[in-house]
Amino acid sequence: MIKLVALIPLFPLLGFLINGFFGKKINKGLSGAIASIAVLASFVIALIIFFELEHSELKSHTVNLFSWINSDTLKIPFEFLVDPLSSWFLLIITGIGFLIHIYSIGYMHNDEGFARFFTYLNLFVFFMLLLVLGNNYLIMFVGWEGVGLCSYLLIGFWFKNTAYNNAAKKAFIMNRIGDLGFLLGIILIFVTFGSITYGEVFSIASGGNEHTITAIALLLFIGAMGKSAQLPLYTWLPDAMAGPTPVSALIHAATMVTAGIYMIVRSNVFYSISEEASHVVAVIGVATALFAATIGLFQNDIKKVLAYSTVSQLGLMFLGLGVHAYSSSVFHVTTHAFFKALLFLGAGSVIHAMGGEQDMRKMGGLKKALPITFVTMLIGTIAISGIPPFSGFFSKDEILAHTYEHSPVLWFFGQIASMLTAFYMFRLLYLTFYRKFRGTHEQEHHLHESPKSMTIPLIVLAILSVVGGLLGLPEFWNLPNWMHHHLDPIIIHKSPSILNHDKEWMLMAIAVFAAGATIFFAYMVYIKNKVLPEANDEKLTGIKKLIYNKYYVDELYDAVIRKPLDIISVFFYKFMDLQIVDGIVNGVGSTVKGISSVVRKAQTGHIGLYIFSMVIGIILILFYSFIK
Amino acid sequence: MLNGIPINYYIMLSAVLFIIGAVGVMARRNAIIVFMCIELMLNAVNLLLVAFSTLHNDASGQVFVFFIMAVAAAEVAVGLAILAMVYRNFKSIDIDLLSRLKN
Repeated sequence: MIKLVALIPLFPLLGFLINGFFGKKINKGLSGAIASIAVLASFVIALIIFFELEHSELKSHTVNLFSWINSDTLKIPFEFLVDPLSSWFLLIITGIGFLIHIYSIGYMHNDEGFARFFTYLNLFVFFMLLLVLGNNYLIMFVGWEGVGLCSYLLIGFWFKNTAYNNAAKKAFIMNRIGDLGFLLGIILIFVTFGSITYGEVFSIASGGNEHTITAIALLLFIGAMGKSAQLPLYTWLPDAMAGPTPVSALIHAATMVTAGIYMIVRSNVFYSISEEASHVVAVIGVATALFAATIGLFQNDIKKVLAYSTVSQLGLMFLGLGVHAYSSSVFHVTTHAFFKALLFLGAGSVIHAMGGEQDMRKMGGLKKALPITFVTMLIGTIAISGIPPFSGFFSKDEILAHTYEHSPVLWFFGQIASMLTAFYMFRLLYLTFYRKFRGTHEQEHHLHESPKSMTIPLIVLAILSVVGGLLGLPEFWNLPNWMHHHLDPIIIHKSPSILNHDKEWMLMAIAVFAAGATIFFAYMVYIKNKVLPEANDEKLTGIKKLIYNKYYVDELYDAVIRKPLDIISVFFYKFMDLQIVDGIVNGVGSTVKGISSVVRKAQTGHIGLYIFSMVIGIILILFYSFIK
Repeated sequence: MLNGIPINYYIMLSAVLFIIGAVGVMARRNAIIVFMCIELMLNAVNLLLVAFSTLHNDASGQVFVFFIMAVAAAEVAVGLAILAMVYRNFKSIDIDLLSRLKN
């Protein structure tokens, strides 16, 4: 059955082709069904393969499809790798992908670009599957670029809006910066090890020069920074909320942005060898977590809050990677995929009910009108805030415990970031669902629970968010940590836990207490004291203003990078291009024109003159050949 | 010796014919006369070819003459057709009028 793995990316590809070519001819119901069934079929095969792998002795299977690049020293087969890591990501992508496809049928039902939407969505799933299935870095890179393209297409899905188009371009360009690092990393791997196939590279990586490996690890991490929105390349992700909400849930929360984490877990051998690179990853991760969490505190757009929350959670995952807690990070990817997809879809349901309104200042009191959305979002919020026994608690706790082993300072900042998370998430919940409705009468009249196709995915994701923690129960409770065992075969250098049980209990207690206290604080502020965010952005002062404006990072990039580039471009245009290049080109032209205006006088058009000069010429030639 | 006439005579005759032809082409403006002069030059060459062919006892020179005659006939046919068209347009066969083609 494992041989069937090639079918997994094939189904979404077929769905993409059908919807892409015939989407306009078939009706909406059919095109949505085709796209969803394609992903469902992949999910079923992924499940079969997952269980087969689980019961198989051999934990790593390669499936060779064809020889792709075959030149002198560069031999790259088109191979898929089925191992615990890729099979797990397959389940997340196709499983969550399927739920979001179903949700989109309801969410997009009035949109004229319905078939186009599903075309892009299926293409995205195809590339994402390629990314995780490839057995070498080049296939991963193809998938990597492909998901970037789909992200661009879907952010700019409503392409008539210039701001949305700009957001799409921003995402694409920011990603390209990271991709360059990734590409250089792949080239360095090839130059150093003579291969880019995972198995071959990892088996000889331990013998490599440590500085080279640090360079490889850092270059790969630059790629991850772009794709997974880490400092300093994170600014595209909040803007990416311009896309339809299911896109934000699938691409910009659950799957694509975790590609960076997948890539680092896949390359864990480099990071285990190079402590410096791991340290960089951990510091960038925690800095991003903290930075994005503070911005999230003062955002008023419901999707922007979730976007900054995603950046912050991704930072936590990178913190886990930096302290070699690879399986914990994958665990957090999983639980995050559950509850963040849930939160985004819930937010989509709210926006749907509000008729497109995204500003939380105009919401409130939606609890009664949207009961299912409220309950599921409450579950998601509790899960992300880290309250036991919901899933977020276990995964976050595991990362923070491993961080504490490495460095209590990093743990402290990580803990602060997760407290801030609890605060802004409950702020979102209180402002949206509690208190009085603050929108217009028309909106109030229009409020309604979303259709079944939207609420069922919410319910399924809510159940997963509750029970997802079972995948990785803490080991010191003498409970099986399934995730840890599952991923064991792909972690090459293992670092056993050195924390004693008292310390772990203490960390857990601190985390729960901190989350509880923050939630209570949020309750006091937004329910008891009925604080509302300033309706007028201009009135903010001091640090609040700084944070509300996202630390002016966009403005900083604008001033430091874009403006100088503009000035240089204008210089090259006005001086180099118009003066020098055009001067040379036009100069050549006018010189030729000048010379020919002299020479053309010889062409009188009198046939007699032509013949006369011809005869004179012949005589001269004859004369010359005689005297020679 | 060709029937007692030295080869130099033939060369002289053909050179004179050729020069008459060439000067005629250059000097005259009537297209018919220009054509006739071209024929004169071709036949000067033919005469020379035939003379040398006999001198060397080699028939290939005479074969060439036939070719030249055939080509000249074709050329005259085309050329006279052009002239007919020129006359139709200009009501004249003065070749200097053809300088209008330069534009």
